[in-house]
Amino acid sequence: MALDNTKSTGFTHVGTTPDRPDGVDKVTGRARFGADITAPGMLHAAIVRSPHAHARIKRIDTSKAEALAGVKGVVTRADFATGLTGENWNILENVMAGDTALYDGHAVAAVAATSSLIARDAAKLVVVEYEPLPHVTDVDKAMAADAPVIREGAADTSVPKGLHPNVVRYHESGHGDVEAGFAEADLVVEDHFKTEATHQGYIEPHACLGTLGGDGKGELWCCTQGHWNVQKICAALLGLETANLRVTASEIGGGFGGKTAVFIEPVALALARKTNKPVKLVMPRADVFKATGPTASTSMDIKIGMKKDGTITAAQGTFRLQGGAFPGAPCEFTAMCAFAPYALKNVRQVGYDVMSNRPKQAAYRAPGSPMAAFAVESVIDELCNRLDLDPIETRLKNASKKGTKASFGPTFDRIGLVETLEAAKAHPHYCAPLKPGQGRGISCGFWFNHGGETAVSLALSEDGTAQLAVGTPDIGGSRASMALMAAEELGIPYENIRVTIADTATLGYNEVSHGSRVTYASGLATIQAARDAVKKLCGRAAAKWGIPEDAVKWENGCAVPSGPNAGDFDPLPIAEITKRMGATGGPIVGHFEATPEGAGVSFATHIVDAEVDPETGKTSVVRYTVVQDAGKAIHPTYVEGQFQGGAAQGIGWALNEEYIYGEDGRLQNALFLDYRIPVASDLPMIDTVIVEVPNPGHPYGVRGVGETSICPPLAAIANAVSAAAGVRLRQLPMSPPRILEALEQQRNG
Amino acid sequence: MSKIHVTTTVNGDEVEFLCDPRETVLDVLRDRLGMTGTKEGCGTGDCGACSITLDGRLVCSCLVLGVEAEGREIATVEGIATGEDLHPLQQKFIEYAALQCGICTPGILVATKALLEKNPDPTETEVRYWLAGNLCRCTGYDKIIRAVMDTAADMREAS
Ligand code: FES
Ligand code: FES
Repeated sequence: MALDNTKSTGFTHVGTTPDRPDGVDKVTGRARFGADITAPGMLHAAIVRSPHAHARIKRIDTSKAEALAGVKGVVTRADFATGLTGENWNILENVMAGDTALYDGHAVAAVAATSSLIARDAAKLVVVEYEPLPHVTDVDKAMAADAPVIREGAADTSVPKGLHPNVVRYHESGHGDVEAGFAEADLVVEDHFKTEATHQGYIEPHACLGTLGGDGKGELWCCTQGHWNVQKICAALLGLETANLRVTASEIGGGFGGKTAVFIEPVALALARKTNKPVKLVMPRADVFKATGPTASTSMDIKIGMKKDGTITAAQGTFRLQGGAFPGAPCEFTAMCAFAPYALKNVRQVGYDVMSNRPKQAAYRAPGSPMAAFAVESVIDELCNRLDLDPIETRLKNASKKGTKASFGPTFDRIGLVETLEAAKAHPHYCAPLKPGQGRGISCGFWFNHGGETAVSLALSEDGTAQLAVGTPDIGGSRASMALMAAEELGIPYENIRVTIADTATLGYNEVSHGSRVTYASGLATIQAARDAVKKLCGRAAAKWGIPEDAVKWENGCAVPSGPNAGDFDPLPIAEITKRMGATGGPIVGHFEATPEGAGVSFATHIVDAEVDPETGKTSVVRYTVVQDAGKAIHPTYVEGQFQGGAAQGIGWALNEEYIYGEDGRLQNALFLDYRIPVASDLPMIDTVIVEVPNPGHPYGVRGVGETSICPPLAAIANAVSAAAGVRLRQLPMSPPRILEALEQQRNG
Repeated sequence: MSKIHVTTTVNGDEVEFLCDPRETVLDVLRDRLGMTGTKEGCGTGDCGACSITLDGRLVCSCLVLGVEAEGREIATVEGIATGEDLHPLQQKFIEYAALQCGICTPGILVATKALLEKNPDPTETEVRYWLAGNLCRCTGYDKIIRAVMDTAADMREAS
């Protein structure tokens, strides 16, 4: 998108750190999240879930449940639309099983009752007769010739002949001649890596409240990263007309990608339709683990060749991603991100999307990229160690920059990888002395970022304040960023802008809050909507003064005559214009509706010091520094928060978090006690450096920052562990038993 | 199952409710008293989102039965501010961006307020261990810990 009037310095509001508009609501308990709403006559729902990893559903008997006092309705697959195809069918099949339960925790029926206790009791009275089938939960085993087939015919046309039917999509990309490249290398390192599935781990379970009358008109309140998407999917799954379902997004208690998907909302609506009453559905935590979006687990092979001077001559990666019982594991993202930080003459990457008897994977912060970075950056570290090269210098030597043909195809515009590496090298952390038993690790990371469909509206009030309606749920302070950008354009105080997350009936389609797109795309939309409003304000001033519209400019919240008319009239403040809006042409509203496509890619470099206890195998992260390119930090404190949050999630992924399946194919750790995310006492302070290399695709240079921060930690910590303990772990998480085993193997030679 | 009548005090106000013996204080606060400031993240005592104090002691309200509240004093996030005056912790949490999504915030505020009442001068390690039962998935805790340490310093200076 060509951008007029871009600006990268001289900001008044942008770059300051005011309190967020919803701050008081969130520290007083007033903010309303998914489960915080009620409706008169409301019912409570509970979902019946499969205890089997894979089983044919022979019979569902709901009569005992229906007979329980207080039960108002039970739904099964028969209560949803038929004849769906493609992803809508996949989502329905995941939301409510058809003939077959495909994973432990797969929904098979749901009950609505007058209290949640009754609903839970009734769920236990639903009798489901299963015929267990052979199952598989490991990615490599799911690709093996003898693996049970999850579903025949699920593969698309990208899959080469001769692969197991569980391989459902295939990706291949790259350029040059990797074999020739490897022949030029002084050292080639080739290794195999595995990562386990992790969960986004948002603290707020999925929750919603739906009503749906016999007239086909419904209302839905839910915690989601994107309510237009919920609207579209629910309408399809229930056979409704989209516009007849109005969806309102609640405050959202974390998402990280996991709330881009739809799980319980269609079930609540189906029960509401059946009972003709509002139905509230809140997921128990165990269900969140069992049936909502973990990441893909992976199995990866990496081969990289390097010259003695550190030049990478060729790189090749094979990435197998297990994404549960449905197609969709982001194998192409993993493959495309893997070598993106490096300018490579010869590179080849292959990705496989593999089905297994696990829940349908969902996006998790830079989906697919952290695993690739773990494998690739571990191999680069190994090469640097063996060739006695400095890890940052080596990365600088090979770094992608403007004009580099990216490993995944396009040519990079202005990017900030080199700047993050230089900043990491200059950071006191990089040369700080280490204590005995400690090691330091470095890693780079990459994420594409995304634009997407965006609509906002900015309505001026008669007193010159502004109401900004955006369609992207505020996950971490985006209202503040939007208000800062609107204030910058309108020249009015930050406090004079009220930002609302509009419902689906109020704005055009907004893609979900994902892909680090909010500050970029909704921000760009806000700036353009404000400029649209300013144009209209200038028009009113021009009419009043009797001069041409283009002879009026906007300065510090006032219309000012310019050019030949400069100085002819006193500046006209915004409130003077809006006061007379009604008489001078009606309400003034600025709009923006488009699909911005200039989301600038983002790179990061992380430095971490780790200490490994050889007795217990426990790894402690003792120092952590995140360096990342934000393009332009609109609200720097919130940018830092994104950097720190991504690093912390990456630390959990690297050291503790994993989905543990038993031989029976059942998930063994579906609670926070056993699926242990980092707690306050596990972590050090997380230092941050914001690098600003402006994105040419945004008026102020913004790049999304939410996702890249989770890409480097897995490898950075693995590299630190290798330096600290002298053992390289190629499987995540690097939990104490795995570290002890590696140390034991090392001792035994 | 017949319901049990309970009289208790919430944020200084006497309240009465009927509850099922299986219901927790968390259920009662949210569903019977309409006080949804206290959050449920897990229902198993592992996340701390439901933190309240019961007779001044920090507890997970999802692990206490509603009937056990009889004659006790409950304090929740809704009682931390005085009218429209925020508690220094609340102010500092906003100022330091110690919350992103904010779902953990009520529990963390209740927990840190209880800490500072016991120990007005905690070390960083003490704060980290005290808050080890309050999960935050968004922030990496850095800004939370800084907000708590600086609030404690301010409050010591003010007193
Ligand atoms: S809801 Fe009580 S500890 Fe999580
Ligand atoms: S701010 Fe989201 S969980 Fe703490």
